[in-house]
Amino acid sequence: MRSIKNHLSLIIALFSIVFTMQIYIVIDRTVVAYEKDLNDNYSVVVVTKNKVAPKKLVALSPTISSAKEISTKEVLSNLQSQMKQRHIDLLKLSLPHFYALHLDHYPTPSELQNLRKQLKRDTQITRIEDFSKSHDSIYTLLLLYKSISILFAIGIFAVTSLLIIKEMRIWQFQHNERMSIMAMFGAPVWMRSAVLFRLAIVDAIIASILAIATFSYADFIKVGNEQLTSIGINIQIFDLVGDGILIVGLALSLSIILATLIVIGHKEEV
Amino acid sequence: MDKVILAEELSLAYNSEETIISKANFSVASGDFVFITGASGSGKSTLLRSFYGALRPENGSLIVGGVEVNNISSSKLNFLRRHIGIVFQDYKLVKDWTIGKNVALPLIINGYAKDVSDIQVDKLLNHVKLSHKIEKYPQELSGGEQQRVAMARALAHNPILILADEPTGNLDDYSSRLIWNLLEGANTQLEATVVIVTHHIPEDLAVDYKHFNIEGGTVYEIN
Repeated sequence: MRSIKNHLSLIIALFSIVFTMQIYIVIDRTVVAYEKDLNDNYSVVVVTKNKVAPKKLVALSPTISSAKEISTKEVLSNLQSQMKQRHIDLLKLSLPHFYALHLDHYPTPSELQNLRKQLKRDTQITRIEDFSKSHDSIYTLLLLYKSISILFAIGIFAVTSLLIIKEMRIWQFQHNERMSIMAMFGAPVWMRSAVLFRLAIVDAIIASILAIATFSYADFIKVGNEQLTSIGINIQIFDLVGDGILIVGLALSLSIILATLIVIGHKEEV
Repeated sequence: MDKVILAEELSLAYNSEETIISKANFSVASGDFVFITGASGSGKSTLLRSFYGALRPENGSLIVGGVEVNNISSSKLNFLRRHIGIVFQDYKLVKDWTIGKNVALPLIINGYAKDVSDIQVDKLLNHVKLSHKIEKYPQELSGGEQQRVAMARALAHNPILILADEPTGNLDDYSSRLIWNLLEGANTQLEATVVIVTHHIPEDLAVDYKHFNIEGGTVYEIN
């Protein structure tokens, strides 16, 4: 019973830490997916007098990842019923060229202003439409999501630090006396600390298994999937290999750091 | 006879300030049974602590088991301690270990094989009349029983030197007698050198003993 109690305190602390870390990863993944979705659906439209090679437009700014001409065929075909073919042919000749510029990331308002300046330098470009009004409000929302996720990360760091300090005090109390007694009988440092490290590693593995099982189940029953899909976000809540390694790594690192701090801070009491 | 403990001009102090023992000269030979007495706070326990390297000399020299303790390295200190058995007034048993594991501690540290260690633990617990409590934890035992366990632990690895700090200080007559018998047995049968810090020397001891007293920081032998 005593032994289970000793294990439980560290397992619960480590589980809380890796659990909140994984929640942060999911939130961060959602923000990244949302940003990518925004970027995929966003483009700046430019109008040119003459036909321009898309490559030339891409070269105007490093933030432009691709450029594609927008076909005017559909607009003209709509007019066919209302206009004579001769007029349509004339219109075709006088129509400017439209290009959609895709960017390598969703730009900030200042990046967008810069891009506008860079595009204006090209004399071929007569008009630029960057949908800045709707862009700015969407970008503010994205910033809000990012700020929330950063606040969450700070919260995790604070909680983690508090839990680790609390655990360190409990462990110091629990293990110092045993280590001192072992030292009195000539046990070398590695032997005195072996129990501590074994306990730390076993507890880290148990906490990791619990966290992996919880998130695998959440992924299996697709928790929050419906809500995320409805706003166009498709993310994996838990990646068994990637996230699993991260969870085991974090739990093991924290518990080994904790054990090492106890060993370093140990003072013979006898 | 070989000297197990040799102190020359030995001075001990708390936190390098308050001198407790001043320029002590004495020796303990192999096979001696020694009492160290003195008033409370005279430095008896401090002197004993210096024998197992928990307190380093301020001045002078202290040699224990042929090893100079003054500037001893941690590996040499561990080696020295593996040949010493210590009994504390407050027992110092590991609370979350069973009695059996507590007694086996010096055997584990000295690298005994598990089967050899198990036999030795059984023998010793039988000797201190606690073999039926091998699976119990220290807090499930009375003070006298815990001190008997501590005694069994101190003898487990057949040490050359046994150091006991007020080993019967908190015990009833039955447990005290048992502890004295064990210490005498360790000296006469195992030929261990025994050094005991105490307020009171029992009158019915069956061994010849040496007696050092500490007064005003000075250690002197009483004949």
